[in-house]
Amino acid sequence: MNIYDIVFYLFAAITVLSAFFVVTTRNIVYSAYYLLFTFFGVAGIYVLLGADFIAMVQLIVYVGGILILILFGVMLTNKITSVEIKTGSVQVVPAAVGVALLAGILMASMVDTKWRSVETAMPSATTQGIGMLLIQQYAIVFELLGILLLIALIGAASMARK
Amino acid sequence: MMQVGLNHFLVVSTALFSLGIFGIVTRRNAVMVLMGIELILNSANINFIAFARFGNFGLQGQVMALFVIILAAAEAAIALAIVLNIYKTFSTVNVDEIDTLKD
Repeated sequence: MNIYDIVFYLFAAITVLSAFFVVTTRNIVYSAYYLLFTFFGVAGIYVLLGADFIAMVQLIVYVGGILILILFGVMLTNKITSVEIKTGSVQVVPAAVGVALLAGILMASMVDTKWRSVETAMPSATTQGIGMLLIQQYAIVFELLGILLLIALIGAASMARK
Repeated sequence: MMQVGLNHFLVVSTALFSLGIFGIVTRRNAVMVLMGIELILNSANINFIAFARFGNFGLQGQVMALFVIILAAAEAAIALAIVLNIYKTFSTVNVDEIDTLKD
């Protein structure tokens, strides 16, 4: 077992355990903080897969943006001083059974399938390649996403101000 | 334990996906539902990048993962604006109590 495997198991454990606490902790603020560790773990998994640029984007956009947004959502929609911030769960047992069944089927089929797996060398820095793809092959998608983000910005601001 | 390969990453992403589904189904708070959606998007991204790495697809999968992250940011902003409006209207964000289409 080399260092790569150990680091993988470490990040996988961080990701899955903190994701488990995200969906089971009763206090929603704690859930938001556990989500931070999940995002960090996923970023580590991206690094292990050789996606350094995506890992950095994950940290900047998810941890710096979406998580802060979610925390604002929590703070603005709950009375911090009351017990309201502890939110309940409904139908935990049937959901757990169904989800466990789904996860079992998915994992069994994924492990059972003979995926086309090519042994390739760990890719070097990916930023330049992604940049070239974004302005050549995916130029239209890139522009459309820019417009989409502008629309989302205006829409969210105007909806939240009403 | 065996060498870490494609299957290991797929199992992690499946676990994340299942936990996200569990969160969406069981939690009553709308913001928690949003967190479950973020977990599912992350699991999809792990799949994209893992297949790009082990299937020798170059950087295409990573660009797709980048697009997913951008869409997740837009989706979180819009969803939280909707949640704020719901809170203003109903004084609650529990999704099982918001059951009217008009006020």
